[in-house]
Amino acid sequence: MKDLINTIQHLLEAFFQEVGDILLFTGDVVRQFFTAPFEWKELVRQAYYIGNKTLPLIGITGFIMGLVLTMQSRPVMESFGAESLLPGMIAVSIIREIGPVITALLCAGKISSGIGAELGAMKVTEQLDAMEVSGAKPLNYVVATRVLATTFLVPVLVIMADVVGLFGSYMAIAMNEDLSFMLFLSLAFDSLSFVDIIPATVKTFIFGFFIGLIGCYKGYTADRGTESVGRSANSAVVTASLVIFIIDLLAVQFTSLLGAS
Amino acid sequence: MEIVIDIKHLKKAFKRNEVLKDVNLQLAKGENLVILGKSGTGKSVLPKCIVRLIEADRGEIHVLGKDILKLEATELDEVRKKVGYLFQGGALYDSMTVKQNLVFQIRRTQLEKNKAELRDLVEEALANVGLKDAMQKMPAELSGGMKKRIGLARTLILKPSIILYDEPTTGLDPVTAGEISELILDVQQKYNTSSIIITHDMKCARMTSNSIRIMKNGKFEVVGSYDELRHSDDPEVRAYFS
Ligand SMILES: Nc1ncnc2c1ncn2[C@@H]1O[C@H](COP(=O)(O)OP(=O)(O)O)[C@@H](O)[C@H]1O
Ligand SMILES: [Mg+2]
Repeated sequence: MKDLINTIQHLLEAFFQEVGDILLFTGDVVRQFFTAPFEWKELVRQAYYIGNKTLPLIGITGFIMGLVLTMQSRPVMESFGAESLLPGMIAVSIIREIGPVITALLCAGKISSGIGAELGAMKVTEQLDAMEVSGAKPLNYVVATRVLATTFLVPVLVIMADVVGLFGSYMAIAMNEDLSFMLFLSLAFDSLSFVDIIPATVKTFIFGFFIGLIGCYKGYTADRGTESVGRSANSAVVTASLVIFIIDLLAVQFTSLLGAS
Repeated sequence: MEIVIDIKHLKKAFKRNEVLKDVNLQLAKGENLVILGKSGTGKSVLPKCIVRLIEADRGEIHVLGKDILKLEATELDEVRKKVGYLFQGGALYDSMTVKQNLVFQIRRTQLEKNKAELRDLVEEALANVGLKDAMQKMPAELSGGMKKRIGLARTLILKPSIILYDEPTTGLDPVTAGEISELILDVQQKYNTSSIIITHDMKCARMTSNSIRIMKNGKFEVVGSYDELRHSDDPEVRAYFS
């Protein structure tokens, strides 16, 4: 029993230590956004690299997501005789929830882990130290650029997933009935309001920020020794996914407050 | 005799692991000082304290007359420009070509230089280590020995007056190791640099050293020249030479 309490106490301490460290790191990184010289070239390179790495995966997943969601919802809607509401319902779920969250989770798996491993390797092989002594701040050159790249790229990827998802949904509907794509779109967008779109968009920037930040944090704070590279990549995915769910939960609360007022 | 690095009563612990307990060291201008010691005794921690990659707990470190532990960030950068650091594996930036690796090092200090002048500087530095052809290669394509040479070229391009070598020959075959030791000696003679060389390689120590320290228990317990230490009364010291 005493052991159990001890263990829990240690776990809690470790958890709050980690949260504190991440917050401090966030402060350091955000300060770099406003510190000259800003590394535009590296930012563009990172953005290109990230987009390149995730585009096909997110395209395919988005399409299947829309298709399957529609096929599964159809029988239920039919039993209420409400097939005409299907496009609107799917659009709301994709744009508000499923598009952002699935995209963010895929990016956590691919980008956060990639960044975690890359920076972990740079740390272990002393590349970050070498940069530091050469007067180029790694926090500026390596970290800030990656965090900004994900902050602005994840929203673009989400929009793409949404569009492809809606297209998948249209395909599922077109299999069963004669509906023009234009009519589908107008049905879909009729049921969307600003309360759906604005918070969903803001949320994607926050997802993007943390996808980059957690990857960088885990790599940047990697231990000495090569096995820590794998560990950084791994815990980057886990932590980033957890953070995404927490942000999503907060966003839902916030949106319902907006809706209520 | 001009002293370029002066360390007094340096202490550094990681949590409960006291690594450096009382390190005292003076490096004279133009001197090659070799540090020997078993693995894990804190040899790598020392040069990191000198350039403040690791913050020392206590003691004094003067580099080129500057009190390193009291410097502001910008002043520290000025000192760091004059201190070259060759990391154990070379620490080349994986995502950049050899040329970009070298240019990265000088782009902050040589802002006024145009592309052709930068290229000349890079070529000169690469020629110094005998690897002019490697310009467009990626680090992954290089052998261990080549990586260390490029790492050295990247250090030399700033024309440092002090160079810290962390195990420059470890992990290399004897021939390549010999070539690197040769290079270290060349650099000392050509640019009159002062160096601290951390190594296990006794051939390297013999070729490059003007004097030797042996680190043990967080201190330098033994000081002398190569020949003095080789004939030491202490069997533990002689063991390094067998
Ligand atoms: N950044 C660090 N954080 C924690 N411990 C460290 C760090 N750097 C070195 N150490 C510890 O200091 C000791 C000496 O390490 P090091 O200087 O790398 O040894 P070596 O003499 O082989 O170069 C080791 O016990 C190592 O675990
Ligand atoms: Mg070492």
